[in-house]
Amino acid sequence: MAVESHTMSAEPYPQSITDRYSGDSLPMVAPKRRRKISGHQLLSYVLLSSVSLVLIMPLLWMVFTSLKPMSEIVQFPPTFFPKSIQWGNYATAINSFPFWSYAKNTLIIAGSVVVGNVLSNSFIAYGFAKLEFPGKRILFALVLSTMMVPGFVTMIPQYVIFSKIGWVGTYLPLIVPAFFGNAFNIFLMRQFYLSIGDELIEAAKMDGANHLYIWSHLMIPLTKPALITIAINSFNGAWNDFLGPLLYIKDQNQYTLQIGLQVFKNQSTTQWHYLMAGAVMVLLPSVLLFFFAQRYFIEGMDLTAGSKG
Amino acid sequence: MQKRSLRQKSEARWGYLFVAPFVIGFAIFMLGPMVFSFIGSFTDYNLTSKMNFIGIANFKRMFVDDQLFWKSLYNTLYFTAFNVPLTTMFSIFLAVILNQKIKGIRFFRTIFFLPSVLSGVAVYVLWMQLLSPSSGMVNTILSWFNINGPAWLFDPNWTKPALIMMKLWSAGGAMLLYIATLQNVPTQLYESAELDGAGIWHKFRHVTLPLITPIIFYDVITSTIGSFQIFQEAYVMTSNGQGGPANSLLFFNLHMWNKAFVGFDMGYAMAMSMTLFVIVMIMTVINLKLAPKWVHYAGGSK
Repeated sequence: MAVESHTMSAEPYPQSITDRYSGDSLPMVAPKRRRKISGHQLLSYVLLSSVSLVLIMPLLWMVFTSLKPMSEIVQFPPTFFPKSIQWGNYATAINSFPFWSYAKNTLIIAGSVVVGNVLSNSFIAYGFAKLEFPGKRILFALVLSTMMVPGFVTMIPQYVIFSKIGWVGTYLPLIVPAFFGNAFNIFLMRQFYLSIGDELIEAAKMDGANHLYIWSHLMIPLTKPALITIAINSFNGAWNDFLGPLLYIKDQNQYTLQIGLQVFKNQSTTQWHYLMAGAVMVLLPSVLLFFFAQRYFIEGMDLTAGSKG
Repeated sequence: MQKRSLRQKSEARWGYLFVAPFVIGFAIFMLGPMVFSFIGSFTDYNLTSKMNFIGIANFKRMFVDDQLFWKSLYNTLYFTAFNVPLTTMFSIFLAVILNQKIKGIRFFRTIFFLPSVLSGVAVYVLWMQLLSPSSGMVNTILSWFNINGPAWLFDPNWTKPALIMMKLWSAGGAMLLYIATLQNVPTQLYESAELDGAGIWHKFRHVTLPLITPIIFYDVITSTIGSFQIFQEAYVMTSNGQGGPANSLLFFNLHMWNKAFVGFDMGYAMAMSMTLFVIVMIMTVINLKLAPKWVHYAGGSK
């Protein structure tokens, strides 16, 4: 891990983390060889390119279909590149349902979920990583064990409880649970905290700082890369969440983009050009987020893998 | 037990304060609902009625009378049995071919990874088009090779393979876990294997594979649980959650959903959710029991 990510990408995690996980591996002594394309490498490029083509094709097809007139989609065999580009498909798709108002609703939910997840997981993980108290090991085992419980097991009783306290039809069931942490993010944050030495905390305590101050003023700035990872993952999760809104949102004016797209799908079956244009618009934020923040997605995964290996 | 110092006591109080949100959340959103579900599974609760205790009638109805329950369980097991090994193998394959020090590897990694960050209704709608029998991409490409593609989402024999194909497309997430581990494998191991005359397959089988077994183990456990949660795909890709042609996409959770939120048969649905919990626990325990037979931890630690 260390070799590739240090030379090829700006490393958002401190050196200490990557070192921790390089484990007991033997020192790298192999001298740098001169790079030239060998037969073996040529084969690699052919393999990598063909797999890439297969994986990227659905997305290209989606974009091309979204720009075609219906006649090109139904002709046999269908064209691959659109012959005449119909930008108007996007206007039609966006005007077929209240796209912008649904986008605003989705942003409100996703934004709140991000705030909740970042604050709660950072807060909870500080307790597990930096403080000693009786029962800590058992509680942390409990955190990990919640990962093994499928969400569907608690979905129905949760719905009953939320409906009894009048939260069904509001965004609260989608937002409030984010403020109580979740196992995966607590785990990720804890790993990150463990890579930070305790000297800073000891020094701050000498100066009379309490743990609330240490967490909010020292730890939050230090753990920024991990917090960004959590923020990005939870934004992406909330933006693409379908089940939650399907369950709890009843009023059309409160719909999210996922519900809106589902309704649009039911209304315009096989109007593929409009459906694909709608799908492109809904996926766009995830794609942009991915291209601008890819390293955070990847480093989050590295941290998980490192702790499992 | 030795008396705790004042300092330790103070630290413990802070500790409890910091983990309190998790404990409260666990009690409200997990433990409470599970207890409620357990009790509710023995009642005829329908959201507006009183909870009348009816013994094991829900479970009896589920196991004896409800043919769709068995159908949904079969569909879910079928999906899991193929989805877990196939996506695991495919993500390992992607990771292995990416684990090379050649120019442009980051570009390929980006492409491999991209599909896995895309999810939700837009992806399902995209695949409905890709799998469309007449105008979809998959059958168009098959037709270039003179293959007459199946009707995919309209043919009960092909609905589940279609969903598995969609899942394979987004195997890039787990791939990253494998790459992170593969990059830690000391190159000397491969070099000494090469000196012994090992070929590509031999190196993979005897050097790479043993070293990534802990990640495979983690991946298999989480993707088994994930596969058992399949719902949205079937709900969106069949008309109004009907379960597709010949109920071939009626998964466990879709059946439970229909019982709970279409028929408001909450007691029965809660009995189903308890059954789901037990099944997933059993599968996790099986995974844990099998682990020592094939998972290698470096140096025997952890």
